[in-house]
This record gives sequence, C-alpha cells and structure tokens, in this order.
Amino acid sequence: MGGFRQDVEAAVPALRRYARALTRDAELADDLVQDTLVRALRSEHLFHGGDVRSWLYTILTNLNRNRLRALARRPTMTAIDDNDAPDLAGPEAGGRDIERALASLVEDQRTALLLVVLEGLTYREVAEVQGVPIGTVMSRLSRARVQVKDYLDGKRPALRRVK
Amino acid sequence: MIDRNSPVTTDELHAYVDGVLPADRRTAVEAWLATHPEDAAHVAEWRAQAIAIRARYGAVAQEPTPERFELDRLARTGRGWRAIAAAAIAAALIGGVAGWLAHGASAAAPSGLEQFTSEALSAHKLYTAEVRHPIEVRAGEEHLLPWLSRRVGTTLRAPDLESYSLKLLGGRLLPGPNGPAALFMYETPAGERYTFYCSRSKAERTALRYSAAGAAGAVLWVESDIGYVVSGPAERSRLFDIAQTAYEQLESRAPTRSSENQIISRRGS
Repeated sequence: MGGFRQDVEAAVPALRRYARALTRDAELADDLVQDTLVRALRSEHLFHGGDVRSWLYTILTNLNRNRLRALARRPTMTAIDDNDAPDLAGPEAGGRDIERALASLVEDQRTALLLVVLEGLTYREVAEVQGVPIGTVMSRLSRARVQVKDYLDGKRPALRRVK
Repeated sequence: MIDRNSPVTTDELHAYVDGVLPADRRTAVEAWLATHPEDAAHVAEWRAQAIAIRARYGAVAQEPTPERFELDRLARTGRGWRAIAAAAIAAALIGGVAGWLAHGASAAAPSGLEQFTSEALSAHKLYTAEVRHPIEVRAGEEHLLPWLSRRVGTTLRAPDLESYSLKLLGGRLLPGPNGPAALFMYETPAGERYTFYCSRSKAERTALRYSAAGAAGAVLWVESDIGYVVSGPAERSRLFDIAQTAYEQLESRAPTRSSENQIISRRGS
C-alpha cells in the first residue's frame, strides 16, 4: 500500500509536465493532475499491480479527453484563466512555435506524440494508455510529426523575413 | 532472421528517432539514412521537434511539487468518497476501467466547474468593489441564513473565519449557474474582502481547485451537489488555507441528507 502511494507521489512531476504540454495552460494542467491523483487515490484498491505511472497517464489522458468533449459541447464557454501571453522574440519564440504547433494537432495525435517524446513511454505503453493497437499509435505519431513540420514550415518564412 | 539490408520502414525511422529500435536494425537504419537524404531529413526534423518539445516543457518536472499535490491532503479532501467509489467499482468491473473513468470524469468535467467559478468570481468582483452596499442582509440579522438556505435549497452555513481576521459582513442572493446562489462577504480590519459563494452544482463532489482571474483568485469545491467558492486576492496558499478551513467546518457540521431534503421539499411546497 505504501509502495503504491510512493509510486504515485514519484509520478507527480512527470504528470505535471505531461499535463502542461497537453493543455498548454498551467492552471488547467494542475487541475487535471489533481483530479488524476484524487481518482487514483480513491481507486487504490482497484489497482492490482502493473505500472502505476502508465495507469496515471491513462487517467489523465481520459480526463483531458472528457474535458475537451465537454468544451466542444459548450462552445460559448470561456476559460477563466486565459493567460494569452504576448508573443516574444528571442529564444522564447521557438518555444511559442512548438507550443502552437502542438495546439494545431488533433487530441489523439498530440497525446501520442507527447507520451513518446516527452514522457518516454514505449509504443506499447502508449497503445495501452490510448486503448488502441500499436499500429494506430504509429500512425498517430507519424501524422503528428508531419503536421508539426508543416506547421513550423508555414511559420518559418514569416520569421525569416524579419531578419 | 532479419536481413540487415532489408528496406527500412517508416515505423522503423520513428523507432530509431525514439530510441526504441533493436540494436541490429539500428545499424541498418543508419546505413539506409546515409544513402537516402530525404529520410535523413525527416529523421533530423523529428529529432529537432523532440528537442523543442523537451526544451519547452521539460523544466516543469523540475519544479518543486506544489502543496496542493500532497497525497495526504488530497486523500483527506476526497474522503467520504468510499461509498460512491464502491458503486463505481462495480460499474468498472462490468464496463471496464476506461468506461468508468470516462463516466466519473463527465460528472465533474472541469468546464462546468470553470463556469461555476467564473460566476462566483464575477459576483466577487462586482460586490467587493461596492463601498456602500456590498451586502443585502447584515450578518447580525437572524433571517440571513434561513433565507439564503431556503432559496439555495440546502442548509447553508457561513464559515467562521475569525482565525484569518475575517469578519462576516453579511450576504446576498444572486442568480447562479444552476439556480439561486448565496454570496457571503467577509472583511479584514484592513478592508480586504473575501467572499464565500454557494449554489447547486451539476457535479456531485470534487476536490479543492484554484483558479485566478487577474487580481482575484478562487478556490472551488463541490460537496453533496453544492458548489462552494472562496474568492479573494489572488494569493494561492492563503486562499487554499481559508478554503480548507471552510471546508472542514462545513464537513464537520454537515446537515444530514434528510434535513436537506426537508428544506428542499419545503421550498417546493
């Protein structure tokens, strides 16, 4: 039991990182992490071994998907924390670009890309988190990478012109 | 046996970039890339993407973990869930864990709660700025709580926040997201104002969550279908402490289900 809690606790920093990249909103991300942890603690007795970390990623991914569905149902709703920081120049601009490129992805592709690239999950683990066959993960990953490239390519000429 | 010189697939290029390709194929991929510049360009591009993503978000995992994620605290806030969780487990065993998670989450979709908090914050901003009429009914007046309880449809209590030097000024009735809402206002000797907002919620129960909108911050939680929002200056840890105190007071003196129902039925008659 103690081991379970320790594993959950150890996963918090990575969950926060994943949630931040997934939502690109610090408050929203931490709310997702909190909901994930509360759910995990509540269903501790449901957990019969296996990888706690993957299980937490699964909960967070599902919660985020539900959040987006709920948002889609209510198009007029505005987020409280709309911290749309102004565009920055310099090294930060690159970070903004990748952020926007991620935002341009459909949810399942973004999830797959982030779980692989940022969280270091294997393709098999991502397949379990997303509840799909590995082939589907591969095609999501592949499409995500093409889309990110297309997005960044579309941006680059505009940036070059500034020079 | 895998032919070391067999053509490289796109999946293998991805696996190569992600460092999950078996060693024997790694050599084959490297040889392939040397003679296929287009694929080599893809690989370089994907690597650059990965580096950019890690550069953008990697540091989040190095931040000290905020207090709100202390598991003991979360477990405490989530108490009382066991009975509901037990029912959910039965559903999970039948419908699969994913189905259960999806179900549980839809009951407390953050979007609905965001809307709820947003209304509480609007009320907070509007009435804390009022110099002469911040409240409708003063704290000393006996009918304050019975009146607001009747309109909101549950037994309301205004938490005692004297330990934070917060004195209850009084309250008012407002239109809320799912029916009438009560707003209690508190003030420090220095004139800082905090509000406590209560109204019916579509979610059944949630843990404490913080949001901020400009200078004002809010901590929301839902208990027995009633949403509560403590709003005040956007100072996260203080707001969390106040909300935790309010939560604990309400929890320890929570009305029984039947007395709640009586009030609701009286309201309906």
